[in-house]
Amino acid sequence: MTRKIIDEIGFGRTLTRLAHEILERNKGAGNIAIIGIRTRGEYLAKRIADIIFSIEKKEIKIGLLDITLYRDDLKEIQYQPLLKGTEIDFDLNKKDIILIDDVLFTGRTVRAALDELTDLGRPASIQLAVLIDRGHRELPIRADFVGKNLPTSLDEEVKVLMKEIDPEDSVVLKSLKEGGN
Amino acid sequence: MALQNRHLLGLEGVSKEEIKLILDTATTFREVLERPIKKVPTLQGKTIVNLFFESSTRTRISFELAERRLSADVVNFSADMSSLKKGETLKDTARNIEAMKIDMVVMRHASPGAALFLSRVIDSVIINAGDGGHEHPTQALLDLYSIQEKHKRIDGLKICIVGDISHSRVALSNIYGLKTMGAEVAVCGPATLIPSEIEKHGIGIFNKIDDAIAWADVLNVLRIQLERQDRSYFPSLREYRKYFAVTKERIERAEKQITIMHPGPINRDVELSADVADGKHSIILQQVLNGVAVRMAVLYLLGTRS
Amino acid sequence: MKYLFKNTIIIDPANLIEEPVDVLIVDGRIEKIRQSLSASKNDQEIDLRGNIIAPGFIDMHVHLREPGFEYKETIESGSMAAAAGGFTTVCCMPNTNPVIDDDSMVRWIIEKGKSVNQGIVDIYPIATITKSRQGKELSPMMELADAGAVAFSDDGSSVDNAEVLRRAMEYSAMINKPIIQHAEEPNLAKGGVMNEGFVSTSLGMPPIPSISETVVLARDLLIANYTKGKYHAAHISTRISVELIRDAKKRGTSASCEVTPHHFTLTDEAVRSFDTNTKMNPPLRAYDDLISLKEGLRDGIIDVIATDHAPHSFDEKQVEYLFAPFGIVGLETAIGLAITELVQTGYLSLNQLVEKLSVNPRKILNLPQVTIREGEKANLTILNPELRWIVEIEKFKSRSVNTPFNGRKLIGRAIGIFNNGQLLLND
Ligand SMILES: [Zn+2]
Repeated sequence: MTRKIIDEIGFGRTLTRLAHEILERNKGAGNIAIIGIRTRGEYLAKRIADIIFSIEKKEIKIGLLDITLYRDDLKEIQYQPLLKGTEIDFDLNKKDIILIDDVLFTGRTVRAALDELTDLGRPASIQLAVLIDRGHRELPIRADFVGKNLPTSLDEEVKVLMKEIDPEDSVVLKSLKEGGN
Repeated sequence: MALQNRHLLGLEGVSKEEIKLILDTATTFREVLERPIKKVPTLQGKTIVNLFFESSTRTRISFELAERRLSADVVNFSADMSSLKKGETLKDTARNIEAMKIDMVVMRHASPGAALFLSRVIDSVIINAGDGGHEHPTQALLDLYSIQEKHKRIDGLKICIVGDISHSRVALSNIYGLKTMGAEVAVCGPATLIPSEIEKHGIGIFNKIDDAIAWADVLNVLRIQLERQDRSYFPSLREYRKYFAVTKERIERAEKQITIMHPGPINRDVELSADVADGKHSIILQQVLNGVAVRMAVLYLLGTRS
Repeated sequence: MKYLFKNTIIIDPANLIEEPVDVLIVDGRIEKIRQSLSASKNDQEIDLRGNIIAPGFIDMHVHLREPGFEYKETIESGSMAAAAGGFTTVCCMPNTNPVIDDDSMVRWIIEKGKSVNQGIVDIYPIATITKSRQGKELSPMMELADAGAVAFSDDGSSVDNAEVLRRAMEYSAMINKPIIQHAEEPNLAKGGVMNEGFVSTSLGMPPIPSISETVVLARDLLIANYTKGKYHAAHISTRISVELIRDAKKRGTSASCEVTPHHFTLTDEAVRSFDTNTKMNPPLRAYDDLISLKEGLRDGIIDVIATDHAPHSFDEKQVEYLFAPFGIVGLETAIGLAITELVQTGYLSLNQLVEKLSVNPRKILNLPQVTIREGEKANLTILNPELRWIVEIEKFKSRSVNTPFNGRKLIGRAIGIFNNGQLLLND
C-alpha cells in the first residue's frame, strides 16, 4: 500500500520554508556552505542553494558527501554499494555547514556523515536539515531543520522522489506489510 | 555490481566491467588520499596479514598503507623461501596464521599458482601480491589506472612492455588487463627473454627498441637483471643498455609524445636512463601514488563484499 | 585347486579365439580350452560373460619406492595396486634408497616380491646403469643380471655423458639386456616444471622445452645404432621423439620405446588447474604431441604402454606447484585410460593393446612370452573392455593417491588377474 504524503506543490513549499529557516538561523547566507549526502541529499542541496540564491542573490558553496566508507553496516548489506565519491572543493574550516539528507531515520547515516566531515576539516558549526524526520532514532541525533515530521512504523518505508532522477517530486509512504482485505 | 570472485588471484578472466569497477572505486580513494586525514574507517575490525615470502618492500609498503588507511588491523609476516622449504609448508604456515582469526591475506610468493593454492587450503580472502612469474594483479591495475589517468582512455592505446618478459608477473597481468580493456599490446626485449608463443595472446613482438618506441603510446619498462637462477640470458648489462635501454636520445629521435612507466625499483641507466625516469614523459611517481589508491579499492571491494 | 572360467573371449595375439570359450585351470596350469566345459565338484566356477582374458599384462616402468620411501609405496602395496590394475608383472625402477646397484639388492627385491600377497604379482627389478645413479661408472651389469635384473636404467635422471652411455650399451649388449634411458638434457630442463609453450607462458611457469627430451633421444639413437646395443626410451612425450624412433627403426637401430597413459590422455592445458598432480617428468605436452603419440602407438612405432607409476604422499603433493615432486601413480588407471583413449577411439584394437601391454615389453626385456594355450602356465589379465566406471582414489590399493584422474569416467577395467596359481578378483 502506497500513500502520498507530500505532492509536488507541497514539496516546493517545504524546500522554500527550509531555506528561509536556514537563512534566519544563520543571519543570512554569509558564512554557510551546503553539503548534501548522496544520493538524494545531493539534489536537495542544489535546490536549497538555488532558493537561497533567489532570496539572497548570493552563490553558496555546495559539496557532496558519499558516506559509504564510514558506514557501520557494510558487512550486513546485501548489495555492495557503488562508491560515488565525496566531492568538496572548498575549505570546511570555520564555515557553518548545512548538512542535508532526505530522510532522518536511525541517525546512523548522519553519524557517518559527521565522522567524515570531522576528518575533512573543522567547521565552525554543523547543522542538520532533512526533508522528512520519520522517528525511530538509534543514536542521540536530532535535526536542526525539518521539512515534515512523519510518524511511521518500522514496517513502513519513506521514499523521497525527485525530478532529477525520478518521475516527479513527492514523498510517499509505503507499507511493506501485505495490504489488508 | 560487485567483483565475481571473493579473491583477487589474477587478471586473467576478470571482466571489463570488473576492472572498470576497480578503477572507478580507486578514483574515490585518490580523493581520500588528498584529504588532511587520509584515513577512513571502512575496514575497522578487519585483520589483514601481509604474507611475504619474497622481499618486496615497495609492494608491501603500498599494501600496508592502503590497509591502514582503511583502518584495518595489519600484521606483517615475512619469511624467505629457504626457511619455508626447510620446515613448515605454506599450508601449515597459512593455517596457523588463520587460526588466529584473520580476514584477508595479501601474499607474495615465488611459485606460480601459490595464491590459488592458498585459497584452496584456507578460508580467508586472498589477494595475490605476486606469484612467481605468473600474475601481480594490483600492479597491473595501478598501471591501467595510471594510463587511464594520463590518456583518459585505455581502449585503442598502444602499450609496449619492455624488458624481461619471461620472468615477469607484471608483464603477464598487464597483458591480461590491457587486452581486456581494449588496448593494443606488444612486448620488446632480447629474444631470450620473450617467452614461447606469447604472440598467441594477440600481441606484437619487437626486438628493436626503436621500433617499439615508434609504435607505442606508452612504454612500460621492466626491471632487468643480468642473472636469474645463475643463468645468463644476454651477454652483459652494457650490451643490454646499448641495444634495449629507453633513453632520452631514442625518445627524442622518435619526435612524438610517449608515456614512460616503470613498476620499480628502477636500475637507473640500465633499462631506463635517469633523464627519462625523471623527465616529462615519466609517470612513475604517479604510479606509486595510484598504487595505494588501487590497492585500497581492491581491499574495499573484497573486504566489504557480502 | 581348479578354476573354471566360463564364456570368456581370449585375446592373445599368439592364439586368437574369437568365440566365447571355457578355460579350465588346474594347479596353476591351463588344462583345457573348450566350449561348454562343465564343472566337476570342487571347481571354482566363474562366469566371465562379457569379459576377456589376455596374457598377463606387464608394466615395465614402475617406482615401488622400497627401500627408502615406504611412506609413498611399498613392494607389498605396489604389488596390490598392480594386481588391482590388471598387471601380473611389474618392473621396478632402481631409484630407491639405497639404489639398486648391487646384486644383493636385486635379490632382496625379488625375494620380497615373492613374499608379499602370496607372490601373485611377479616383481622384476631394473638395476642402475651407473653406480649410485651418478652417471659416471658402470654398475656391475653381469652380476646384476645374474641376480635377476631384467634391464638397466638410471631413470629419474638421464645418462648425460655420451661416452658412459656408449659403454653401457656395448656392455649390456653382451647379456642382451636393454638400457632404459630417461632422455632429458639437464641444462635445457633446469628449473622447469611444465612443458614450454603457450600454457607455460600464460601461467608464468618455468618451462621444460620439448628439445630437452629430443636432443638426448636423437644422440642416444645414434649411439645405439653405432654400438648395436639394445636401447629403450622411457616415457617418450613429444611428436619429434616419435619421428626420431621411427627413423631409427628404419635405419635398423635396435631401439624401442614406451609411452605413459597420461601422455596420451592429457595435454599441458591440464596444468591450468595448478593441480600438482599434473606435474610429472617428462611433462604433459601439447595437443599435437598427444596425437603423434597415439598415432605412434597405432603405427607400431611406440612398442609399449608403461605407467611410470610414481607414488608421492598426499602432503608432498599438497604444496605450491614449483615445489611439488614430479610424478603420478598409474597402475590402477592404466587399462581404463588405454581402452578409453585408444581402443574406444579406434587407434588400437584390443589385440594391439595386448601387444603393447604384454607381448612387446616381454620381448624387449627378453622374458618368456605368456600365451593362453592348453598346457601353459596360467598368467592372465581378466578385463571388461566395456565396463563404465569412475576413478575413485578412495578405492586405490596404492599407498599414494597422486593422480589427476580422480573422478574421471573411464571405459574398460581390469576385473582381476590369475598368476602363480592364484586368482585375485577386484570387488
Ligand atoms: Zn623417468
